[in-house]
Amino acid sequence: MLLIRRFEERAGQLYGMGMIGGFCHLYIGQEAVVVGMQAALKRTDSVITGYRDHGHMLAAGIPANAVMAELTGRAAGISKGKGGSMHMFSVEHGFYGGHGIVAAQVPLGTGLAFAHKYKGDGGLSVTYFGDGASNQGQVYESFNMAELWKLPAIFVIENNQYAMGTSVNRSSSEDQLYRRGESFRVPGLQVDGMDVLAVRGAAAAAVEWVRAGKGPLLLEMKTYRYRGHSMSDPAKYRSREEVAAMREKSDPIEHAKREILEAGFADEAALKAIDKEVRDIVVTAADFAEAAPEPAPAELHTDVLVGTY
Amino acid sequence: MAEIKLPAMSPTMEEGTLAKWLVAEGDIVKPGDVIAEIETDKATMELEVDDGGTVAKLHVPAGSEGVKVGALIATILGEGETAAPPAAAVAERPAPEAPLMPSAVEARPEAPAAPAPTSPVVEPEATGPTKRQTVREALRDAMAEEMRTTPEVFVMGEEVAEYQGAYKVTQGLLEEFGATRVVDTPITEYGFAGLGAGAAMGGLKPIVEFMTFNFAMQAIDHIINSAAKTNYMSGGQMRCPIVFRGPNGAASRVAAQHSQNFGPWYASVPGLIVIAPYSAADAKGLLKSAIRSPDPVVFLENELLYGQTFDVPEGEATVPIGKARVVREGKHVTLVSYSIGVGVALDAATQLAAEGIEAEVVDLRTLRPLDTATVLASLKKTNRMVVVEEGWPVCSISSEIIAVAMEQGFDDLDAPVLRVTNVDVPLPYAANLEKLALVKVEDVVAAVKKVNYR
Repeated sequence: MLLIRRFEERAGQLYGMGMIGGFCHLYIGQEAVVVGMQAALKRTDSVITGYRDHGHMLAAGIPANAVMAELTGRAAGISKGKGGSMHMFSVEHGFYGGHGIVAAQVPLGTGLAFAHKYKGDGGLSVTYFGDGASNQGQVYESFNMAELWKLPAIFVIENNQYAMGTSVNRSSSEDQLYRRGESFRVPGLQVDGMDVLAVRGAAAAAVEWVRAGKGPLLLEMKTYRYRGHSMSDPAKYRSREEVAAMREKSDPIEHAKREILEAGFADEAALKAIDKEVRDIVVTAADFAEAAPEPAPAELHTDVLVGTY
Repeated sequence: MAEIKLPAMSPTMEEGTLAKWLVAEGDIVKPGDVIAEIETDKATMELEVDDGGTVAKLHVPAGSEGVKVGALIATILGEGETAAPPAAAVAERPAPEAPLMPSAVEARPEAPAAPAPTSPVVEPEATGPTKRQTVREALRDAMAEEMRTTPEVFVMGEEVAEYQGAYKVTQGLLEEFGATRVVDTPITEYGFAGLGAGAAMGGLKPIVEFMTFNFAMQAIDHIINSAAKTNYMSGGQMRCPIVFRGPNGAASRVAAQHSQNFGPWYASVPGLIVIAPYSAADAKGLLKSAIRSPDPVVFLENELLYGQTFDVPEGEATVPIGKARVVREGKHVTLVSYSIGVGVALDAATQLAAEGIEAEVVDLRTLRPLDTATVLASLKKTNRMVVVEEGWPVCSISSEIIAVAMEQGFDDLDAPVLRVTNVDVPLPYAANLEKLALVKVEDVVAAVKKVNYR
């Protein structure tokens, strides 16, 4: 969680310096969701998400250097600099993107679950999408097929309360998003997405359900993003007080820290050491991403097609 | 007295097989009784009677193939009626319909399957033994052959399994490969196109059938944004080997929303392979290549070609993607076309030959990547070119071919390149207007004369 937080803060700074271009959606505040989920998965499982994807990549174990270098559009980036913030993939880490069209990842993730079932490899897919995406029709087309065919799919709605600037209440006739699967008989759970252990517990239950062949499950993670929708969001739709209160009372990292100290798993000194280690990784990644060369001009024409015709 | 005539059971049905009579002469029938099973090119249908009575005469024996739509197949007498010769019956009732001619019944019980609407002969490329096959059967064989050798290949779409395919293209696949590999989907194009693309990313090789490509507009986001772009966006790590296939272009009398050629749309997208074959041999060979391709393929079929019969090589034969083919040699003009337009071009070439103009016909077969070399080589030979396209003229494949001829073949041109296409309107329903809107042989002939200054 700390790595994601520091990485995203640094990415925000690099954006401000003009090192990162285009759209850049930060995950700050939502870290507990992806970290708790990933803790319950196996290496053979598949993960897919939308464009707010940096945290998911780091949680999947993809090196920070490769992610940051993609953000700066360098040849050493995970997509050779051709994808950018919203389009990153790592087959090796079971991470299937990184998709820029809101909710497109939902049928794609359902397809990954279909592939797991077809191959009988025991794997499952985890598909993350936001409260905004949950109003797209293809989500429900996916729920229908996933339940109809009992696919091993976990759908995770990261409800950070705002679809760009539109709050859940202003966009959703049913704002209890965990109920969105009901008419397809997809069971749903609402989870405190600011508590990493609560997330991990729900994830473990979901994984058990899905691996038992009972079909898909929907998890609604109640979470919050501290930053704007993207770097260019002036955030006029919510008050500073609302954000400050959330940071103060519900921050997932502070919450985890308190629990660690109370349980005596580590002391302040040990946590400081972790903090330093994380800062070093992020500084190294940023330096690497700034210094790495841009893609060669010839790369413009590669990777359009795999075959030669 | 009721005269039962063979009804049209689909928009494209012109004839059918009287598979079985379920009644005999002399039987009493009630309204709604099923009296016969009719086999169309798409399905076996039951024929019900609207009126009750006594079956007086079955005019066509069971097993008759090639019975024309509208042919008299049975006569049923109402209560108290007695059998009378058909001519008398017609005289009694001055109906607006044409008088019944016994010769209208074209039942040929012993004859082999009637050839479908004339298709000019296109010899297959491969040498060796061939068999006569419809485009429909060739497509099915291509899928079945690839499914036998590659376990990752599966077919999904609406009505592909239990119904045996809305256009019967997947006939028999469910029986051979089972429901795991031949998957009936709900009516949910956006959803199953995305699901298929995800399954391809996950290591499978899906064949996604759209009942028609008109419905794929609901799914075009996944074809383009998910399937076509992912390999590039991922720096070459995330592949999406998937085939999206189904009928494309105008069918028959199904009007604007069901009649559109999407070839130019998909052919404009880098990252996609786009194929639109004409002959059954190419349909089979190219579909096999498409399934084996590591790239996403849009495979555009044509409903009106499904029932046409061609020579198809026996056994294993693939056709390379990205290679056009000269299907008729000539020296005075080059006709460039693809899909059903090739038939129009060949018919025009036959007419022109009678007037002393030898047209060379190039079948593009693949729309992306476009085989410009074959087109330009033919242009170099004939110095004149007309593009024939069953589709709209604006921003079309024709437009692209004309641009290629301008940019790369300018010095070879003795006349401007012309395009002969559908009229630039949504396709109308009325039979006469539909005919006016679609690409026509006469127009091709006229355009060829124009570029030959004749």
